[in-house]
Amino acid sequence: MITKRIIPCLDVKNGRVVKGVNFQGLSDVSSPVELAKYYSDNGADELVFYDITASAEGRALFTDILTQVASTIFIPLTVGGGINTVEDFDRVLKCGADKVSVNSGAIKNPSLISAAAEKYGSQCVVLSVDAKRVDGHYCVFAKGGRENTGMDAIQWIKKGIELGAGEIVLNSIDTDGVKKGFDLEMLRAVCDISPVPVIASGGAGSADDFIKLFKTIPEVDAGLAASIFHFGEVKIPQLKEKLKENNINVR
Amino acid sequence: MIAIVDYGVGNLFSLQSSLKAIGAEVTITGDAAVLEKADKIILPGVGAFADAASKLKQNDLHKVVISQARQGKPLMGICLGMQLLFDESEEYGLHKGLGLIPGRVISMKGIVPDEYKIPHIGWNHLIFPQKRGHENPADKSPIFSNVNEGDCVYFVHSFFASDCSQYVTACTEYGKLLTAAVQKDNIFGCQFHPEKSGSAGLSILKSFCSL
Repeated sequence: MITKRIIPCLDVKNGRVVKGVNFQGLSDVSSPVELAKYYSDNGADELVFYDITASAEGRALFTDILTQVASTIFIPLTVGGGINTVEDFDRVLKCGADKVSVNSGAIKNPSLISAAAEKYGSQCVVLSVDAKRVDGHYCVFAKGGRENTGMDAIQWIKKGIELGAGEIVLNSIDTDGVKKGFDLEMLRAVCDISPVPVIASGGAGSADDFIKLFKTIPEVDAGLAASIFHFGEVKIPQLKEKLKENNINVR
Repeated sequence: MIAIVDYGVGNLFSLQSSLKAIGAEVTITGDAAVLEKADKIILPGVGAFADAASKLKQNDLHKVVISQARQGKPLMGICLGMQLLFDESEEYGLHKGLGLIPGRVISMKGIVPDEYKIPHIGWNHLIFPQKRGHENPADKSPIFSNVNEGDCVYFVHSFFASDCSQYVTACTEYGKLLTAAVQKDNIFGCQFHPEKSGSAGLSILKSFCSL
């Protein structure tokens, strides 16, 4: 039986992990390579790296870092941030990424999804969606959650899958940062229409939130979080033990 | 030296890195002479079967792989590279494979229950077939000598090898038992990605390299 995946997400700026990290035993807590190795050794099933740099120098540093990470750890790596063209896919895949996540770039130009899926396969294309309730609808937000596109999130996800997205990351802006649990209602709505894997993001505050996620919506394939892992509030080995105790299949 | 066959499909960076990480001497090559000199050959692959099969046939690389395998050189196919070892695949039409292991590659659609998503993506448990008496480590396929039943490996696929039960060395359960690994003498195949399967995957590669 396939296992539920636990995925830490790292934001990288100018080659360093931002959003401070609080680990004992790491000599350099902002080193993407050290952190990636730490997570890989401690039960992470996959890692997501977001490049939040805007400059060309920052981009070059990011691909250097990615190359180092991919030569050091051997679990699936997803890369996102600033992916606007098929050439961007090419750039990060050559450095060892396995999947590439698109967000604003696909909103601007949906054919990016089909072009990339055709060239690299659907399994390589992750559609990341930031969604928020507006007047009783789930609306898609672009540019890191700052801009309401007015698009309906469920319709956009359907379209993305038709275009060839092989996996969906649903980040609920409503629950993100609140640490009171994933947005089960929004995830339910997405799982009802998605034939491809769905990764839940936004809102995890404790191990119990992951248990509730996988118990309430068995179709969810993975849970993604950043700060609760980085700050050691939830440790992945203990989280997995708890999930096992609750009969949720994990690695 | 381990030679990874470079025939223009997929990204070989991770595979090469993982082999280096376990201390193997590795080269990526599309050169027949290098493949002939190598101690072992790895046939990788991602994408569609027909496209990969036709690319492998360019420059007659398939003939080199077949003749090296028939001479007893250890060969490991990974993911689509594993599927290419079989007689044929029904992915988008019927296409001929290398015919090194009897069997055919078929779609999961209609085989796994409807509620199972296709492709099968993620970490799943290895199950060793009973007939191989996995209680005795010596009976396991040698590439699994340091891996235990239940260990997880990383899969990404929509098609799987069928009609090859006598060569199956590991399965995985996805609503149905699917072929996870095969062996016929010196020819090995893994449907999963050992280069993305953490320590279990590295140990499988290491066992292959030290055959």
